[in-house]
Amino acid sequence: MPNMAVFDEARAQEIIAEHIGLEGPLLPILHAFNEEFGYVDDAAVPLIAQALNITRAEVHGVLTFYHDFRRVPAGRHMLKICRAEACQSRGSEDVARRCLSELGVDWHQTTRDGELTVEPVYCLGLCASGPAALLDDEPLGQLDPKKLAGAVEEVCGS
Amino acid sequence: MTRIFIPKDVAALAIGADKVAKKIAEIAAARRLDVTVVRTGSRGMFFLEPLVEVETAAGRIGYGPVAPADVPALFDADFLNGGAHSLRIGRPEDHPYLARQTRLTFARCGITDPLSLVDYAELGGWRGLKRAIEMGPPAIVNEVTQSGLRGRGGAGFPTGIKWKTVADTQADRKYVVCNADEGDSGTFADRMVMEGDPFMLIEGMTIAAIAVGATKGFVYCRSEYPHAIRTFNEALRLARCGGWLGPDVAGSKHSFDIELRVGAGAYVCGEETALLDSLEGKRGIVRAKPPLPAHKGLFQRPTVVNNVLSFAAVPFILAEGGKAYADFGMGRSRGTMPIQIAGNVRYGGLFETAFGLTLGEIVNDIGGGTLSGRPVRAVQCGGPLGAYFPPSLFDTPFDYEAFTARDGLIGHGGVVVFDDTVDMAQMARFAMEFCAIESCGKCTPCRIGAVRGKEVIERIMLGTNVDANITLLEDLCQTMKFGSLCALGGFVPYPVMSALRHYPEDFRPRAAAVAAE
Ligand SMILES: Cc1cc2nc3c(=O)[nH]c(=O)nc-3n(C[C@H](O)[C@H](O)[C@H](O)COP(=O)(O)O)c2cc1C
Ligand code: SF4
Ligand code: FES
Repeated sequence: MPNMAVFDEARAQEIIAEHIGLEGPLLPILHAFNEEFGYVDDAAVPLIAQALNITRAEVHGVLTFYHDFRRVPAGRHMLKICRAEACQSRGSEDVARRCLSELGVDWHQTTRDGELTVEPVYCLGLCASGPAALLDDEPLGQLDPKKLAGAVEEVCGS
Repeated sequence: MTRIFIPKDVAALAIGADKVAKKIAEIAAARRLDVTVVRTGSRGMFFLEPLVEVETAAGRIGYGPVAPADVPALFDADFLNGGAHSLRIGRPEDHPYLARQTRLTFARCGITDPLSLVDYAELGGWRGLKRAIEMGPPAIVNEVTQSGLRGRGGAGFPTGIKWKTVADTQADRKYVVCNADEGDSGTFADRMVMEGDPFMLIEGMTIAAIAVGATKGFVYCRSEYPHAIRTFNEALRLARCGGWLGPDVAGSKHSFDIELRVGAGAYVCGEETALLDSLEGKRGIVRAKPPLPAHKGLFQRPTVVNNVLSFAAVPFILAEGGKAYADFGMGRSRGTMPIQIAGNVRYGGLFETAFGLTLGEIVNDIGGGTLSGRPVRAVQCGGPLGAYFPPSLFDTPFDYEAFTARDGLIGHGGVVVFDDTVDMAQMARFAMEFCAIESCGKCTPCRIGAVRGKEVIERIMLGTNVDANITLLEDLCQTMKFGSLCALGGFVPYPVMSALRHYPEDFRPRAAAVAAE
């Protein structure tokens, strides 16, 4: 997930071309942009609209409907902390609060050094092993504030 | 050579299974021991993860939960020959947690290498598909109808009837869509299938395709499951190479292939029609029914939409016969249900059993009560739209109708336990907040009502005009229940009203405090 490329139109066209043959290609295309650049640049919207022969408004509507698609670049790393009920029952809200305050950010924000973006997530399927989180692609379970801080430090450096 | 089995299920990875595997390989190499590490799915006993199993003359012997620091001592205790150690649990299948289960769907999970076609075939895989190909579409539908299987995604609709509708509808193309959106907190059975026994899902979907005459399948998996996505994509590739998918499925005249698609973090896309719109590349907005997806589904074509667990039950039903499946269960709830015991519970995990256990047995006898050791205060069943049950209702049997009779739902089989520190007004507030975040926006009672509901509960929590606001909240719940198109807005009153009914003291903290003085 780290090392995001800067948006570039040639690469954007390649991504679109790679997926356009699929049935219902829009979500796969938006996912691919999210993966490659860390977000979906506004400049991608008309390119996609043209390639799929739909309006910009339609692309925009889909882009903004789904929580996953980012419209601004994310930090180099992504931390998704579970806020759903099973994790709450095991103290996840306290773990999350402390983590956010130590990082000095709120939900959906990125640390000032651009290292880490923190997003809420509603269940990771680790509900018997919570509090749970996903740090980039690494699953974390049975978290307490210290364990989470340690994992973040390992990935982001201190 | 000794084979060692270590899960790579994400729930085992989250608590260090990779580090344990690495340590075992290191020490074995240093001591020049001939071992092979096989990565499996999980047995579903998450309180024992990472659970390491060793193949010995006496069968597989388990050790868990193993931390990397325990590994040298395990070698010293001769665990490669099943030696004694405080973490030794004996043969996993003799462990009471597994011994009490009836594993029809999860028969292989945690035992085999999920991506080994050899393992799959050796432990009964593809038998259902082969029999299905022999017997032909109408007989397949019959077998599934006879099994009494009801959809495991939440609504509990009879699977055989759904398949028959699609089979009877004429069209140039038909689809089979697997709902792997598994959005309910407290559930992980779909994920375990995709990570731990993915060929079973492929087999179930293929049988469905043959039954209804579909040529293309989609699995719509939530993006929160990157590990399941990787494993399942690899399983699809292997199944194609093995001739189990493609132009001539298992050497038959049937053509069928499956594509995995990834959701984008919208809970409502678990609702089948929103899911179909999402697959088509649209916003995940719920469609009005009719038309049913079985008549006009994906790209307006007849479409079977089933949950992962519904498809996963099918290979057994075809291999052993619908009656063998229907022999388990109670009333109109036939077969087994993979119950997912989660939250603040001592023995959390996957417990597949025939319908009919009481909620109390599930939470106390099997789950062992709370992890914190404090009294159980509430249990939420059926995900974020399911009711909260107090211990006074623990005699409720796990059965679709029995839960409905108590204003609850089984849903996808999640059981989330809370201890006595839970604030039920806060949980009710959360239910409304979640609904507000996830509403697709199509109906006003859900889109606006959820936001208002959250605000009203916040006022109640502050002690502002409590009586009037509780009346307002009850009214609002009625409006949402009857004025919403789908179960997101329609069912969110269940957690809210059950919290209000069973835990009124949490909504009147000040009144309670005054009374206590
Ligand atoms: C808001 C909402 C979310 C849902 N989420 C899921 C889900 O994550 N997985 C699922 O299988 N069914 C979910 N359902 C139920 C589906 O609409 C549908 O009933 C199910 O996929 C049918 O498959 P089945 O008959 O095998 O259960 C959801 C329904 C609603 C209203
Ligand atoms: S109840 Fe809510 S989620 Fe369901 S269709 Fe209406 S607005 Fe959409
Ligand atoms: S509720 Fe947090 S992982 Fe499921």
